Parts: sequence; C-alpha cells; structure tokens
Amino acid sequence: MSQLDYDTSKAIYKQIIEDFQKQLVRGELGPGDKIPSQREYALKVSVNPNTVQRAYQELERIGLAETIRGQGTFVKADTTLISEIRQAMADDILNRFFAEMNSLGYAKEQITEVLNRRLMEMKGATTND
Amino acid sequence: MIEFDQVGKRFGSIQALDQLSLQFGPGKIIGLFGPNGAGKSTAMKMIAGLNQPDSGHVLVDGQKPRHSRVKIAFLPEIDHLYGWWTLKQAADFMRSFYADWDDRKYTELLGFLNLREDMKISKISKGQRAKCKLILTVSRRAPYLLLDEPLSGIDILTREEIINTLIRDFREGEQSIIISTHEINDVESLVDEVFFIDQGRIVVSGSAEELRITQGLSLVEIMKEAFRHVQQ
Repeated sequence: MSQLDYDTSKAIYKQIIEDFQKQLVRGELGPGDKIPSQREYALKVSVNPNTVQRAYQELERIGLAETIRGQGTFVKADTTLISEIRQAMADDILNRFFAEMNSLGYAKEQITEVLNRRLMEMKGATTND
Repeated sequence: MIEFDQVGKRFGSIQALDQLSLQFGPGKIIGLFGPNGAGKSTAMKMIAGLNQPDSGHVLVDGQKPRHSRVKIAFLPEIDHLYGWWTLKQAADFMRSFYADWDDRKYTELLGFLNLREDMKISKISKGQRAKCKLILTVSRRAPYLLLDEPLSGIDILTREEIINTLIRDFREGEQSIIISTHEINDVESLVDEVFFIDQGRIVVSGSAEELRITQGLSLVEIMKEAFRHVQQ
C-alpha cells in the first residue's frame, strides 16, 4: 500500500479505508491480492495499531477484505463492488462540488454554463495536442 | 486499569493536581497532554509510586502504586542513567532488577534502534540517550509503560524511531502505554485516547478518533481551543 498522507483533523481509520478504496479503483490492488498485516501496516504509516485494527475490521465488514487464519488478509472485492465504490467516490466529489458552488451563489443554470465552458476548453486543449 | 480519584497535590504555593479524577483503561495508547507545569509529570510520578497524593487516591489494578511497581515500566523525563555506565551495564542492572526483562526483545531492539552495547551514556548524543532510555523501558514486559516526555528536545528522525518502536512492540489488549508530552503533533496518530490537562485538572478528554469526528479538528487544534476557553 502507498504511504498514507493523512489529515489529522479527520478520523484516521476512515482515511485508511478510503486509501484502500482508491487503490482498488485505480487497479493498484485487485481481488485476491494479499495486503500487509495490521502490524506491518501500522508501522508503515506510523499509526496506532488499534486504529489500524478498526480500519481492517471495517474493511472486512463491508466485504472488501478477508482474513484467512494463518495466511493473512486478502482483497475480497469483486469487479461489481469495485465499480460501485468508484461510483460512490465520484458521487462524493460531485456532492462537494455542488455544495461549494451553491455556497458561492451559483444557480443550476450557471453551474451548467461553467461546466460546459470548461468541457469545451478541455476539448480544445486536447485537439491542439 | 489506573484510576485517579479526586487527587490533590500541592508543592508549596503551587497546586500541581487539583481534584484530578481519571481512568486509564487497558489495551490503549494514552496521551496525557498539557503545557509545561500542567501537572503531567506529577501524575506520572504518582502512578510510578514516586510521590504521594495529599488527598484522594491513585490505584493501579486496585492496588496502591507502591505495591504495584512490578507492573510499571517508567521512563522519567530526567536523565536517570549513570554517565559512566555503558548501555550493557545499564541493561545488566535492569535484568537483575526486573523479572519481566525480555532479553530477546532487547537484542532485537538494539538492531532496530541502531544502538551498540558498548556505548557509554556520557559519550553519546541526546537522541541516542533518549533511545537508550527507551530500550531499557520497553524491554520489560510490563503491563503499563509510562513515558514522561519521551520525545522532547530530540531530532525528528529519532522521534520517528521512538514512535515506531512503540508501534512495533505494542501488545494490544494486554498493555497500556501512557505518554505525557506537550508536543502533540508528534503523537497525533499514535494515541487512542487523550487527556488534556491544565493546572492539575482535566480540560478535555476522550477517544482521539471520536474527538476528530465530532469536532473536525486535529488534537493540536483541540488543545489550542480548549486552552483558549480556559484562559478566558
């Protein structure tokens, strides 16, 4: 797993789960892959072993990982679950985007307008390449 | 379980502990935070049985601290090792003194912390001396580790080594580590449970993760907030 660059103003166990989910979505981790033991992971990211335990328990509870006695912890998620996670993460980003835009006073039409303009610019940039 | 019940302690005109009540549960890494002079060291020494409350009482697993010293490995803030000792002599002393000394762990940690047994306490750097104090404390299989300011005045790489040693050897469920420090930044991700104290009283306490979730702040920010309210 990658080095966790956590935000100390948010629950660390949740950030461990999010980091794991991001790696699944990016394909850096796939079904059946072995992940570090709780102790190894705690040492790698310098986090309290109880916090790591809580994150691992939650990963197992939501069906993303499973621990096989004597063998270790493995990624369990199938492609359907991974695409659901990807969708949920995208929804989160969109929710934050809309909430921020609303707080700046942008109405729906204005948001559509800026999005369209941005998409056109991106398209232009790609054609120029 | 370590319990403080209405503990008061005065040194001359200074009220070091003021009706302090708290409980340190098992299986956790606990942070005791507060500014210099808040009462952290007084509380730590009391658990180690090195000073007595004026009022109230302190219990370690239901016993008075002076009867439970075998359960407590204490790392004091001061330099308590003789300068003329080598690390080996200090370890020999600990080995003869404490039945829970774990030689295998000590040998492993020598390598992990890059220490050599022939190092002479008076000849090594402050960071190395801090690591010597640490190895002598954590090589005991004591149910309670008390670390009083284990990171203060030490360079960042050594601080990381110390924190990783604690993570590496922490025995979940059966051990408690209590760390007092005024440098909360260093231990944000290390502690489970926190107690912020000032003028011998608890200002804020709770689970580190729950405090982050409910307040949306880091432990450092929570402490700043708490003390701002205290001073007003």
